[in-house]
Amino acid sequence: MDSITGLMNGFSVALQPQNLMWAFVGTFMGTAIGVLPGIGPALTIALLLPVTVYIEPTAAFIMFAGIFYGAMYGGSTTSILLNTPGESGAMMTALEGNKMARQGRGAAALCTAALGSFVAGTIGTLGITFLAPPIAELAFIFRPQDYFGLMLLAFLSVSVVMGTSKVRGFISLFLGLSLGLVGIDKASGLQRLTFGVPDLMDGVEMTVVLVSLFAIGETLYVASRFGLHKPNLNPLAGGIWMTKQDWKRSWKPWLRGTFLGFPIGALPAGGAEIPTFLSYTIERKLTKHPEEFGQGAIEGVAGPEAANNAAAAGVLVPLLTLGLPTSATAAILLAAFQNYGLQPGPMLFINSGDLVWGLIASLYVGNLMLLILNLPLAGLWVRLLFIPRPYLYAGILIFSLVGIWGVSNSWVDLAMMFGVGLLGYMMRVYDFPIAPVLIGLILGPMAEVQMRRALAVGQGDPLIFVSTPLSAVLVAVSVLIVVVPAALHWRRTRKIDPTGESSSI
Amino acid sequence: MIRTVFATTLALSLSGFAALADPAVVMAPGGAGGGYDAMARLPFDAMAKEGIFSDGATFTNKGGAGGTIGLAEFVGANRGNDNAVMSMGVIMVGGILLNSSPVTLDDVTPLVRLTNDTGVVAVATDSPIQNVADLVAAMKADLGAVSIGGGSAGGVDHIVMALIAKESGLDAAKLNYIPFDSGAETVTALGGGTLTVAVSGVSEFKSMAEAGRIRIIAVTSEGRVEGIDAPSLTEAGIPVVVGNWRGIVGAPDMTPEGRAMWLDRFAKMHDSAAWKEILAKQGWEDAYLAGDDFVAFLNDEKTRIGAILKDAGLVK
Repeated sequence: MDSITGLMNGFSVALQPQNLMWAFVGTFMGTAIGVLPGIGPALTIALLLPVTVYIEPTAAFIMFAGIFYGAMYGGSTTSILLNTPGESGAMMTALEGNKMARQGRGAAALCTAALGSFVAGTIGTLGITFLAPPIAELAFIFRPQDYFGLMLLAFLSVSVVMGTSKVRGFISLFLGLSLGLVGIDKASGLQRLTFGVPDLMDGVEMTVVLVSLFAIGETLYVASRFGLHKPNLNPLAGGIWMTKQDWKRSWKPWLRGTFLGFPIGALPAGGAEIPTFLSYTIERKLTKHPEEFGQGAIEGVAGPEAANNAAAAGVLVPLLTLGLPTSATAAILLAAFQNYGLQPGPMLFINSGDLVWGLIASLYVGNLMLLILNLPLAGLWVRLLFIPRPYLYAGILIFSLVGIWGVSNSWVDLAMMFGVGLLGYMMRVYDFPIAPVLIGLILGPMAEVQMRRALAVGQGDPLIFVSTPLSAVLVAVSVLIVVVPAALHWRRTRKIDPTGESSSI
Repeated sequence: MIRTVFATTLALSLSGFAALADPAVVMAPGGAGGGYDAMARLPFDAMAKEGIFSDGATFTNKGGAGGTIGLAEFVGANRGNDNAVMSMGVIMVGGILLNSSPVTLDDVTPLVRLTNDTGVVAVATDSPIQNVADLVAAMKADLGAVSIGGGSAGGVDHIVMALIAKESGLDAAKLNYIPFDSGAETVTALGGGTLTVAVSGVSEFKSMAEAGRIRIIAVTSEGRVEGIDAPSLTEAGIPVVVGNWRGIVGAPDMTPEGRAMWLDRFAKMHDSAAWKEILAKQGWEDAYLAGDDFVAFLNDEKTRIGAILKDAGLVK
């Protein structure tokens, strides 16, 4: 009941014309930075923090919330149209979304992404409104072994994104895992694969690899193939709206993605990537059109896009209720709170109810605003593809380089961009899937840290990995994922080959 | 660490307005928003506000490997430059040893220590460990079973526990120390029952202790800390005092005149109202120590940290 009165008060704050303007500024900027490779919401909000000196807290947080949600919206646009995701959360969207764009269905993909983000953002915000305290408790319930179980599940389920050849897929995955090993080992302080280069001591920056593999690799590939086959497809061939069939195939993935993304986003070591991996896998398993996956299945866009937006909402839960920042963006939002002399946590709702409820209400408003901003833009964005390709890709190349240089100021990172970009090109030429490299790079170090923490707490006893109900369930599901298809295959081959020989392949 | 991003940008905007006659060259050996970043920018913010030094400053952020990458670049680029200074702290002292950095603090000109962050030792609210004596008893009973959480391996949090172990006659190399990336992760792991004990800065743990999620059993300063109902380690019978202090060093081969000029500026800044306001806003303890006193302190810290990291098996 308190939530509802609070929210009503919040809306009266958020719907003031001045605050609506800040919400618009925020969502617009957020969408723009989401589109640009390498520049994320954390950096943008950090750069905008000085304005907190000049504008009142409510307005500032309404704007920041718009940036935060907007960046998740914008990230899907370049993924779908140009196969160059700007943030890691938008990577899975590129897999099916770009294939759809190549069939002239780019606008439909953008629409399902925008609507999915809206649905997820709205449900996520409802979650913040009514369920924040219990969801925040998840942070205390999850132990290292539970995190490890979750990551194991994500790892084993990625085999579905391995493309047509499992061998190529595993090569990609192990490449990513090796890249993830670079740097100082946090537990022992020993250097791994740094080759004496100081810039490598803190590991390979994920954004560098993401942007290089996708944006640079894609640019090189397009350039090398430019003379060979011209794009003769009208990017608007599929119309600018979703068909009835698209709606029917999208709404369930939106909801499933939301329910994966929100709680995982609320975990201190959760993040936006794992729910997108899991969502993609689930949609691929549940779809009635398995043959379309890999060729442009709309479920593969709808699910992950909903998941990453719901995760963004989830991040706000521990921040607002416990004062715990669980991502870089949340940490900077916390800095903004402290800048105004506010301490997030249980007391924030009591001491500054107007501000918090204003912020939550502005999340609803911002979400709606993003939808209004993005749906008509979908048709417009698709027209990007009418830009002659040399100009378009030259622009991408420049934005990528400037983005990475702006974040790290490191020559080593720039050199690595060219190296990894070349690798991305070769992988395209020889048909290696790219997503597993990033999945390895993101999940590998996370899984290693959690595994070693669990083992340290359990003093080396491997049974620790099944010591909590949650970890036991997650490990069991992971095992089933591997064993069941193998067993089914074995039974099939046994029926064909009654002697039972040669069935162990 | 987090709240400093704001400070960063504030300093940026202020330095933008200042007359750029002979700007200082300032290195922050950590990323934007970190502790070293704030320690680089905020003193210049205060100095500009008070008119102590208003010629502006150009800041470079170069993080990584405990600050040693920034240190190497600073030393390489600014030899003999009286206008160049760098923020640093106790974590860099340890980082140099842990990463066997070729460039050390012997290459720079120490100027001042400015702030300190006291550490706290905490347990879960329902933990049977009530005080430091209980903790030491548990460690003596089964050292491996006491899982300890804190910041990076070899950092101040680790050093606190290693010193407690050493003072209690235990092998610091056998501590079950688990590094965490953020205070948020450490505090949830402690509150959720994964860890037996955890060490972090006052600012990271205080609100969670007040919310009843964790219980602070000791602070790492010499005396008690206002607002925290826990004894210092020394009071509890373990003579260990560790602070996460930060300060400023000058360029290698800085002239005596250059050093005197900066010491004068920092002395004036330390007395200014603007600096006191920054200390209060950031929640920093004033730990001003200048010139030769700071040099002596720094040498003591190098010896002490070098010895304890060796005991903990992290440095050969």
